[in-house]
Amino acid sequence: MRTAFFNWDAYRSSFPEISRAFLLNVKIFLIAEAFILVFALLLAVLRGLPGPVFFPVRLLAIAYADFFRGVPTILVIALLGFGAPALALDGIPTSTTFWGIVSLVLIYTAYVSEVYRAGIESVHPSQEAAARSLGLTRTQALGSVVLPQAVRRVIPPLLNDFIGLQKDTALVGILGSVEAFKQSQIEVSADFNFTHYLVAATLFVAITIPLARFTDWLVARDRRRRQAGRLV
Amino acid sequence: MSVAAVSISGLRKSFGKTEVLRGIDLEVAEHEVVCLIGASGSGKSTLLRCLNLLEPFDSGRIVVRGEDLTARGVDVNRVRRRIGIVFQSYNLFPHMSVLRNVTLGPMKALGRSRGQAEAEATELLARFGLADRRGDYPDRLSGGQQQRVAIVRALAMKPELMLLDEVTSALDPELVAEVLNVIREVAAGGMTMLIATHEMSFARDIANRVCFLDGGVILEQGPPAQIFTKPGEERTRQFLDRIIAAGRL
Repeated sequence: MRTAFFNWDAYRSSFPEISRAFLLNVKIFLIAEAFILVFALLLAVLRGLPGPVFFPVRLLAIAYADFFRGVPTILVIALLGFGAPALALDGIPTSTTFWGIVSLVLIYTAYVSEVYRAGIESVHPSQEAAARSLGLTRTQALGSVVLPQAVRRVIPPLLNDFIGLQKDTALVGILGSVEAFKQSQIEVSADFNFTHYLVAATLFVAITIPLARFTDWLVARDRRRRQAGRLV
Repeated sequence: MSVAAVSISGLRKSFGKTEVLRGIDLEVAEHEVVCLIGASGSGKSTLLRCLNLLEPFDSGRIVVRGEDLTARGVDVNRVRRRIGIVFQSYNLFPHMSVLRNVTLGPMKALGRSRGQAEAEATELLARFGLADRRGDYPDRLSGGQQQRVAIVRALAMKPELMLLDEVTSALDPELVAEVLNVIREVAAGGMTMLIATHEMSFARDIANRVCFLDGGVILEQGPPAQIFTKPGEERTRQFLDRIIAAGRL
């Protein structure tokens, strides 16, 4: 077992290649996250639109969130990553990494929009009333008063979803994009030493653990502030 | 008589099956200060929220300086810019400094430049003894200071009419006076005001007219001296007796 899982020589030999591949995971993460943060906020706002006029919009937003939270991530990645390029249509990108990112954005937008929504609902209605009473429009009240408070409150759960996304970038490997997991698979198939997986694991953990600690710290700070009777 | 500052007729409002306002008729003249008194649940707050169109109502008309707020196609945002309201629970924006709280309305709703809005806000804050607080966040202020900021925030919109909704009810007793003094000063400046309050001595002192609300209607109204010393209605007398027993008059 020692030679198959904890082989120091194997670890050292594949570390440079796998860490290079890991840069792709970081890249996928950063690009996807940027889109997710924007789209999810948009989805959360659409879902909160009042009145019967916006009923279809709300319904679509709910359907979207329900669907993409219910489908396994790997299934969406396989569907788009193998399916979309197979259409061989002009103008449709064939990059597997591209479709991997699209899949992650679709899935995580659904999750993150729920986080935003919880934040928006946690802002007391009297805050919007105060803004509207000054003559601000609904959009202005949302932008200046409700959203800034909502986003501040959900930063810890948002970071939690960041951690999940960072891990799930490995799923893009099934499409053939050479990220850390795929690279370690290649190394393992060459010498049947599973230590290479461990290399990928340490790289992921090296990013996700600091993120998790940072999240904990934010939550603790938040709690301290509340206990001190201060509003966030 | 000139055009009334506010003219309310037949205002009705229900929450589900409970009818909170059962036909309110009230005229307020320019520069007049009218105090609304009555037990909790008598409809004082609801009336003020309806006036500012924060609360939709079922029927009735509200006319402000000749303009019918209840007409079709009225721009509610424009109406609210003309009518300031101060809430019981201050409702300052906790993520903004005092200065930003005060300049938000003028900048967003009136399109003032930051420089102009800040100059006006600073002047108002100074007038009400809050100049050194302009950079602080609301959670650093006492309740009395927060409520004074809320009054300044409403005044910064240069409203034609101010609605005060039990603005001292959430305050510790020792902080009530500073807020009442600010309101006295605003009244002295000629502001037309509708004040829902439980502070009877304040109402007696500041009001040109006192309206006693009971069961969703104005049961009795008149000059404070008359209402507080020889009320005509039995219900008014009972209410005032309870207030006196509680040591609030």
